[in-house]
Amino acid sequence: MSEHDAHGEPRSFWTKYVWSQDHKVIAIQYSLTAIAVGLVALVLSNLMRLQLGFPGAFPFIDPARYYQFVTMHGMIMVIYLLTALFLGGFGNYLIPLMVGARDMVFPYLNMLSFWMYLLAVLVLMAGFFVPGGPTGAGWTLYPPQAILPGTPGTEWGIVLMLVSLLIFIVAATMGGLNYVTTVLQARTRGMTLLRLPLTVWGIFVASILALFAFPALFVSGVMMLFDKLLGTSFFMPAIVSMGQPLKHAGGSPVLFQHLFWFFGHPEVYIVALPAFGIISDLISTHARKNIFGYRMMVWAIVAIGGLSFVVWAHHMYVSGMNPYFGYFFATTTLVIAVPTAIKVYNWVLTLWRGDIHLRVPMLFAIGFISTFAIGGLTGLFLGNVSVDIPLSDTYFVVAHFHMVMGVSPVLAIFGGIYHWYPKLTGRLLDERLGKLHFWVTFLGTYAIYMPMHYLGFLGMPRRYYAYEGYEFIPASAQDLNAFITVAALVVGVTQLVFLFNLAWSLRHGRPAGPNPWGATTLEWQTPDTPPRHGNWGETLPEVHRWAYDYSVPGAARDFIPQNVPQSAAPAGDDAPPADRHAGEGHA
Amino acid sequence: MSARSGILAALATKPWLPQPLPPVAAPRLPAATVGLRVLLGVIGVLFGLFAIALLVRARLPDWQPLAGTPTSPLAGLGPLWTNTALLAASSLALQAASGAARRGRLAATRFGLVLAGAAALAFLAGQGWVWWLFIATGHFVASHPAASFFYLLTGVHGLHLAGGLVALGRSVARAWRERSCVRVHAGVARCALYWHFLFAVWLVLFALLASPPATLAALADICGIR
Amino acid sequence: MAMVIALVVIVVASVVFHFASPWWFTPLASNWEQLDDTILITLVITGAVFVAVNLFVAVAILRFRHREGHRAAFEPENRRLEGRLTLLTTVGIVAMLAPGLYVYSEMIGPPADATGVEVLGQQWQWRFRFPGADGRLGRTDTRFVALDNPFGVNPDDPAGRDDVLVDSPELHLPLGRPVLLLLRSRDVLHDFFVPQFRAKMDLVPGLVSRFWFTPTRAGRFEVLCAELCGLAHYNMRGLVVVEDEAAFRTWLAAQPTFVAAGGEGR
Ligand code: HEM
Ligand SMILES: [Cu+2]
Ligand SMILES: [Cu+2]
Repeated sequence: MSEHDAHGEPRSFWTKYVWSQDHKVIAIQYSLTAIAVGLVALVLSNLMRLQLGFPGAFPFIDPARYYQFVTMHGMIMVIYLLTALFLGGFGNYLIPLMVGARDMVFPYLNMLSFWMYLLAVLVLMAGFFVPGGPTGAGWTLYPPQAILPGTPGTEWGIVLMLVSLLIFIVAATMGGLNYVTTVLQARTRGMTLLRLPLTVWGIFVASILALFAFPALFVSGVMMLFDKLLGTSFFMPAIVSMGQPLKHAGGSPVLFQHLFWFFGHPEVYIVALPAFGIISDLISTHARKNIFGYRMMVWAIVAIGGLSFVVWAHHMYVSGMNPYFGYFFATTTLVIAVPTAIKVYNWVLTLWRGDIHLRVPMLFAIGFISTFAIGGLTGLFLGNVSVDIPLSDTYFVVAHFHMVMGVSPVLAIFGGIYHWYPKLTGRLLDERLGKLHFWVTFLGTYAIYMPMHYLGFLGMPRRYYAYEGYEFIPASAQDLNAFITVAALVVGVTQLVFLFNLAWSLRHGRPAGPNPWGATTLEWQTPDTPPRHGNWGETLPEVHRWAYDYSVPGAARDFIPQNVPQSAAPAGDDAPPADRHAGEGHA
Repeated sequence: MSARSGILAALATKPWLPQPLPPVAAPRLPAATVGLRVLLGVIGVLFGLFAIALLVRARLPDWQPLAGTPTSPLAGLGPLWTNTALLAASSLALQAASGAARRGRLAATRFGLVLAGAAALAFLAGQGWVWWLFIATGHFVASHPAASFFYLLTGVHGLHLAGGLVALGRSVARAWRERSCVRVHAGVARCALYWHFLFAVWLVLFALLASPPATLAALADICGIR
Repeated sequence: MAMVIALVVIVVASVVFHFASPWWFTPLASNWEQLDDTILITLVITGAVFVAVNLFVAVAILRFRHREGHRAAFEPENRRLEGRLTLLTTVGIVAMLAPGLYVYSEMIGPPADATGVEVLGQQWQWRFRFPGADGRLGRTDTRFVALDNPFGVNPDDPAGRDDVLVDSPELHLPLGRPVLLLLRSRDVLHDFFVPQFRAKMDLVPGLVSRFWFTPTRAGRFEVLCAELCGLAHYNMRGLVVVEDEAAFRTWLAAQPTFVAAGGEGR
């Protein structure tokens, strides 16, 4: 590690902020890029809502544009915002600091990962400027539709989308190798696996999922590019498209769906597991109480990660696949609900008998519990094969996945940013603006998505540009859609408050000191705030306890950082062991 | 703790109880080796998924096998066996280079590296030659699904080998820069591991591409594909 | 405090919304009431958990919010409590999964006497085909698709000659008789969905997918496409008319057969 000591600190602007190999700088590069492209996706969503709430009032949103917006919105949100921000942003920043390392184990690869990611984003955005525009195939990119006329963006858009995804996968693999190897290899002395904060566990397992799930997207993407550009028939059966017989023959569209969802379902957990970890740490820190059932939380993360590879076809109950698969996938899907439910129980049980400080990060964490609960519960409808049949491809699905993998992870991201911003900058984000941001976002998303479930019950299909002239839809549904749109606009505009807060607090925020929340984990114990290159000054920290020594009986303060030796905890060590570990009595 | 080791025991400890500080971290595997092993896992999944896609596609009625009849493009497997031998030679040479580097024999290491690189390049050229044979006999990428898979799988495999050649090139450069094997050995050993892995992948791909439909169907059955 | 109120309001508002909502399942028009029952079971269980979790959090915040001098408990885990919760969750899961799988087994096992009716999708219109007097549908292939043979029926297959072709998006079905829909697509994925029947299934080019139901209520029901199929996906309309046997027979007799439609002249 000699290249990372103080002498190796880069001096010039370019090596420090642009071609940086420092995980903290790369984390910020990743995060800012992800937030920027996420804003594009947010604007697209509001444009779609305008069309749905006030059909025809904005003539430039024609069906082609609508479908392009749906597709780009969905793909950007899932891949280029959430995946990139959780792994490339939070993972990069937090893993080395939380495990007590000076940097990622492969800093050069880490830098390369970011630049590949940026390239992927640029290729994706280029779609807006090529003839025919970006693809409008839906974020699932199902063939044959994705590459046939009748869908917008089949000239260039779909090719750019696939190429961008392939580049992204290379970037994510480079990043993932780093995150996984760093957690395995670079933990500081005393940092055993079970002393890792749950944030690291969540990101670690999510990185493993990413490493092993993205190849499926890669395979399907390459094969679809072949079908599109070289005329092969991997996924393309014999087709008469718009009256023209095509050269393709014999391929299987369902094969694509299997490959896509073999990636797609773990992808849900790639964004959920880091959120789980972050939320666990926010709740524990701000409730001043150890996370309840830590070991169970770790096992649940591992179990969910493993199970997430055997549930993919629950997205395909009405796809025409072999109907007997339904039994298997319904069962595995509902089994995964058990460890997921345990996580929710343990969060709420951590609150119980806590000392709850309702600071902004904690508000977001509690909001997460609520929205994640509803999203997880509606998943029980969609996972249970027969119940899914009437609901699949309706607004119930839209409501479900937005709650579970849209709103909830975004709340976790916001909570995480309010929580760790002081470490990045040395200043707190403004509390009042933060509360405004939280309340509008939290209540606003309920207003948007809660009623949507009922439109789904009614049978309104998703990915519809307009609903005019359908008799089974009462006129009142249009009023509801208008209401949802207004709520979505309000939520969308409120994100500007957050951006303003990010920028304003950089110079005007209250100085935070090294550890404003009284947290135990290592990132708050760095010699400098923000941490300098190499993170730890002369010597690496040593870890003497788990990450959750909050409110330890007999201790002077209500938290003991992980690097405080057992014997050095003020007044902590003279308490008898039985007393010290009160929770043991239940074991 | 010391008696029960392993990941399961580690996951069963009660972390809130005080534990003795472990001794200063014993020298573990170098990070690059761990990283490479994870990467091999990822590449293994990638080719595994390609293989499954092939098995599924081969079940559909329009599949024509690449080998087996006089008119099929792989009627004579000779060229592919030659390439296989080249890749095997490359793998063996790297293994020898790695062994030589471990024993500190720099000249032998250099020789093995160059030999391995040359054999790998010859393998790639040989694969290109088989592509050319395909084209010459009118089997283009979109002619029929098995041909599509042939180009796709050999292409992706070749790209992985080409990526390996970049790493190998760096090892060669280092072997010529250094005066002893101390800083050369680890890199060569990793190259060898990667090569063996790609050789194994190639054997599987070769088998899949040359198998008759009945074998593929049996394999698909074993994998639960229907 | 605001958080406590907000959570309680969310729970109350959700429950009130649920009961006051004019947006709800369309009245059932098929034999799948068991499916509706399973949905109801799922709704009750998940609704109860939703209310419980939110209220528990609200109470926890109310009781344990920070006050001066207050200190949290230290409780790493409680195996018995965790075990009980796991068990309870498992019971709830089984209570949803078991009826769900039971209904599913019904849904994928059409009765032997179900009439097969073909649904053919293309961007962006529906067509239907009934077997003729021989009770069998003729074989098809995209090779045979032409302006005068939109279904691509094989002209050499005798079973296809008497097939009744419905070259319009309006399908009539007899009341009370089970139908097995055989779904095909000429181009991209589509999905045949009539909300009142509950069941739906994708149309996949290159294969025939299927589902069955029995219409139990006469009337006119809209057909929607529920799988994104391009620009006019939202406008791929169709109609199912469920009527008594006699009316259905009259309608069917008025539709041309493959031969009469000129398909065999090629
Ligand atoms: C205020 C925030 C948001 C609003 C108003 C919004 C709105 C929408 C709308 C109107 C659609 C199209 C519905 C349809 O026509 O079927 C949609 C689709 C989608 N959204 Fe969002 N969304 C938001 C945030 C998010 C977030 C954070 C995610 C992250 C996972 C997300 C992921 C998706 C996905 C995956 C789709 C499906 C795209 C497709 O059907 O191909 N959205 N959203
Ligand atoms: Cu899923
Ligand atoms: Cu459609």
